[in-house]
Amino acid sequence: MPLIIKLLAQRIALGLILLFLVSGLIFAGTIILPGDVAQSILGQSATPEALANLRAELGLNEPALQRYLSWLGGLVQGDLGTALTSGRDIGESISQRLSNTLFLAFWAAIVAVPLAIFLGLLAVRFRERWPDKAISGVTLASISIPEFLIGYVLMFFFGVKLGWFYPTATAFRPDAALFDKLESIALPVATLTLVVLAHMMRMTRAAILNVMQSAYIETAELKGLNGLQVIVRHALPNAIAPIVNVVMLNLAYLVVGVVVIEVVFVYPGMGQYLVDSVSKRDVPVVQACGIIFAAVYIGMNMIADIVSILSNPRLRHPK
Amino acid sequence: MSDPQLKVRDLKIGATVYPPGEKPHDIEIVHGVSFDLEKGKVLGLIGESGAGKSTIGLAAMAYGRGGVKITGGEVWINGRDVLQSGTGDIRKLRGAEVTYVSQSAAASFNPAKKILDQVVEAAVEQKKFSRKEAEARARDLFDKLGLPNPETIGDRYPHQVSGGQLQRCMTALALCPEPDLVVFDEPTTALDVTTQIDVLMAIKAAIRETGVAALYITHDLAVVAQVSDDIMVLRHGNMVEYGSVDQIINAPQEDYTQALVSVRSIEHAEKESAGDPVLSVRNITARYKGTQFDVLHNVNVDLYPGQTLAVVGESGSGKSTLARVITGLLPPREGEIEFAGRTLSPDLAGRSREDLRELQMIYQMADVAMNPRQTVGTIIGRPLEFYFNMSGKEKRKRIIELLDEIELGEDFMDRYPAELSGGQKQRVCIARALAAKPKMIICDEVTSALDPLVADGILKLLLNLQKIEDVAFLFITHDLATVRAISDTIAVMYQGKVQRYGSKTQVLSPPFDDYTDLLLSSVPEMRLGWLEEVISNRKMESAGN
Repeated sequence: MPLIIKLLAQRIALGLILLFLVSGLIFAGTIILPGDVAQSILGQSATPEALANLRAELGLNEPALQRYLSWLGGLVQGDLGTALTSGRDIGESISQRLSNTLFLAFWAAIVAVPLAIFLGLLAVRFRERWPDKAISGVTLASISIPEFLIGYVLMFFFGVKLGWFYPTATAFRPDAALFDKLESIALPVATLTLVVLAHMMRMTRAAILNVMQSAYIETAELKGLNGLQVIVRHALPNAIAPIVNVVMLNLAYLVVGVVVIEVVFVYPGMGQYLVDSVSKRDVPVVQACGIIFAAVYIGMNMIADIVSILSNPRLRHPK
Repeated sequence: MSDPQLKVRDLKIGATVYPPGEKPHDIEIVHGVSFDLEKGKVLGLIGESGAGKSTIGLAAMAYGRGGVKITGGEVWINGRDVLQSGTGDIRKLRGAEVTYVSQSAAASFNPAKKILDQVVEAAVEQKKFSRKEAEARARDLFDKLGLPNPETIGDRYPHQVSGGQLQRCMTALALCPEPDLVVFDEPTTALDVTTQIDVLMAIKAAIRETGVAALYITHDLAVVAQVSDDIMVLRHGNMVEYGSVDQIINAPQEDYTQALVSVRSIEHAEKESAGDPVLSVRNITARYKGTQFDVLHNVNVDLYPGQTLAVVGESGSGKSTLARVITGLLPPREGEIEFAGRTLSPDLAGRSREDLRELQMIYQMADVAMNPRQTVGTIIGRPLEFYFNMSGKEKRKRIIELLDEIELGEDFMDRYPAELSGGQKQRVCIARALAAKPKMIICDEVTSALDPLVADGILKLLLNLQKIEDVAFLFITHDLATVRAISDTIAVMYQGKVQRYGSKTQVLSPPFDDYTDLLLSSVPEMRLGWLEEVISNRKMESAGN
C-alpha cells in the first residue's frame, strides 16, 4: 500500500477513535452536572411523588452505562434522542439551528480566511516596514478585545448611531432571500472576522517568513522575480501545511465558539439552543450539541492533517 | 579585442557583524577587487571560506546575502554599471543577462514545484522566450548536459532525481534564458568525486557550446584548473594573485598560492600491524528499522592499536552506518563487534561506562557537536568529571594540558564555541575525545567541512597525537587525499560491501578492481587536461548517473 494512503487511513481512524472517546467524556460530563431535569420541568413546588414518576418516565433511573450505550447506539444510527423538556425530536430541532450556525460561520470564513492570508502575504512583502506594523497592530488589538465588547461596539456605531446595518440578527429568517439574510448578519460576521483574523494572519506571516530563509527563495530572487511573485509562487506552496492548520482551527472556532456572538446578536443558531438547554437542564440536547461541536472540531483538524500530508510533494510523488 | 562582458573595478563589499558580547558594527569583507571577463571565457575565483569569493560572485548580480552590502566600486555588465541601476533594472538583469548556479541544487530547487517549471521560469518571466520555446530549450539543455530521459525528466519533482542530476538541472536552469554571464558558486563541492567529474565535464561542454562567460567559484584549485581560462586567488577579501591557469598552476608567484598548489603534502609511512587488534568487526550485516534492504553486507575489518584504518566510499556506501553499528546506535542484524579483547553489546544501553570511555567519536560538524552555551573549559572538562571524577585544580590542570596538546593554549578555556574558527572548533572536539583517554576514536569526515590548509593542520595534529597517546583511529572519509595522508590500512566501501581491504600500499597499488579504479581516478589532479584524460580512460559509469 502506498505510504500516503496508509498515512491518510491512520489519520481518519485516529479521528474516529477520538470522537468515540469524546462521546464518553461528554456523557460523563453531563451526568455529573448539578441540577435535575424533573425538578426544572415541574418547578419548586412539585411533590416528591410527581418528581419520582417523571424521573421514571424520562428513564433517569437506569444505570449510567446502559444510558450511555443506548445513547451511543442511537448516535451511530443518526438518532440524537428526544428533548426532555419539549418532547420533540432533537435531530429535527437541531438541524435548522445547525444550518443557521453554519450559514453564519461560512460567511465569516469567506471574509476572514482570504483576508487573513492576503494580509499575511502583505505583511511579509513589507516586513519590518510600516504596512507590516500597521497590520500586526490592528489585528492584535482586535484579538485582545473580548468578542462581546467588539460586538456591542459595532452594534452601537454601525447599527444604532449610523443605522447602516441591523443592530441585531432578530430580522434573520431562514427562508428569506440570500441578500436579506446577509444584510441581517453583517455585524455578527464582522465581529467574528475581527476575532479570528489576527491568529490566522500572524501564522501565515510566520510560516512564510520561515520558508523565506530557504536557498530556493534566493534562487527565485536571482531569477529576477519581484517580491510578491517570490512569495506567492515559491514561499506560499511550501507554507501551506502550517497555514491550513491554523485556518482549520479557526474555522472550527467559528462553528463552536459562536455561542457568545449568537447570544449577543440574538441569532437563532446552535449556540443559543445550547445555552437555553443548559439553563433548562435538558441533558440530551446538551449532549447532542456537544457531540456535534466535537465532531466539527475533530473533523476540521482531520482535514488540516490530511491537507498537510497531501501538500508534501515527497509523499504525493514518491520516488 | 571585444569589450569585456563583465568589468569589475575596485569592488568594495561590507557587512554588519554581531560578535558575541559586542555592539553590532559594520566591517569591510571585500577590499577593492578588480577584474575583466571576456565573452566565452571562464574566470575561476579561488580562496578559503571567508575569502569573499561568493560575495563577489553575487555582487555581479547586485545581490547581497543577509546583511551584506556593496559599499563601493563599479560592476559593468554589457556596458552599464549595475551598481548604479535601479531595482527594476537590476531585476531585469537577474535571470536574463546574469544567472546563478549554487552549491547545493538540492536546497536551491523549490521542493513543491516540477523541475521544468523552475528551469524555464526566468526565461519566460523575463520575456526572453515564450513558454513553448523555453521548454524546448530546456529539454535540449537536459540532453546536452547528459541527463537521462531529457524529454521527461523535467516533469519530475526535485526529490525524485539524484544529487548529480539535480546539479545539472541547475546548470540548465542557469543556461535556459541564454544569459551573457553565469556565476557558478561551488557547483560540484557537494557531490561525490565520481559524480563531480561528470558534472564538471557537462558544465565545461555547455559553457564552450553556448559561448557564455562564466565566473567559477570554488575552494578546490584542482577543480578550477580544469574549467577556467584565468584564475584569481583571493584571501581575506583581497586579491592575492591573478593570472592564466597555466601560470597559477605551474608557476605561482605568491607564497599563499604556492601553499594552495602544494597542499596535501603530508607524508605518512604506514606502520606494520602488530599484536591483537583493538577493534574487530565480524560479519556485520545491518539494516535500518522499517526498511527492507541491508545497508551493510557481511562487513569484516580489523584495526590495530595505535594505527589508522581509513574507511573510504561515496555517499550511500554504508561507511557512516558502520560507525553507527560500532558505537551501538544501530544494533546489527548479524555479526559482532570485538573491542579490546571483549565482545561489545550490540546496543548502546548494554555497554558499560568503560566501553563508552574507550571508544570516542569526533564528528564532521564541530559546530553542532558542541553546546553553544558552554565554554571550551566546560566542554573539555565534562568527560573528565564523567569518567574520572575529576574536579577543581586537578581538572583545570588536565584541561590546560589538553588545550596545549591541541595547540590552542590556556587562553581558550573561557571562550565560547561561537568565538572560535572552524579549525579551532574541531580541535576542541578532538581534545574532548582525548580527555576520556580512549583506546580508539572514530573520526567521521572530520576534515570535510574545513578549508584545505586548515584540514591539513588538523590531520597533522591527529597524526602527532596518535604518536603521543597511542590511540587508534577509524577514519571515515570520502576524500582520497586524506586517506593517503593518514591511513595505515584502507577499506574501500561500495554499496554496503567492503570492495577492497588491505594495507595502504596494497590498496593503492594496481591491479585495481573497476570501482576502486573509478574512485582513485576521479580525484582531481592539479594539472591541465586531466579531466578529458580521465573521462576517456573510464571503465565504469559513476553511480550519480
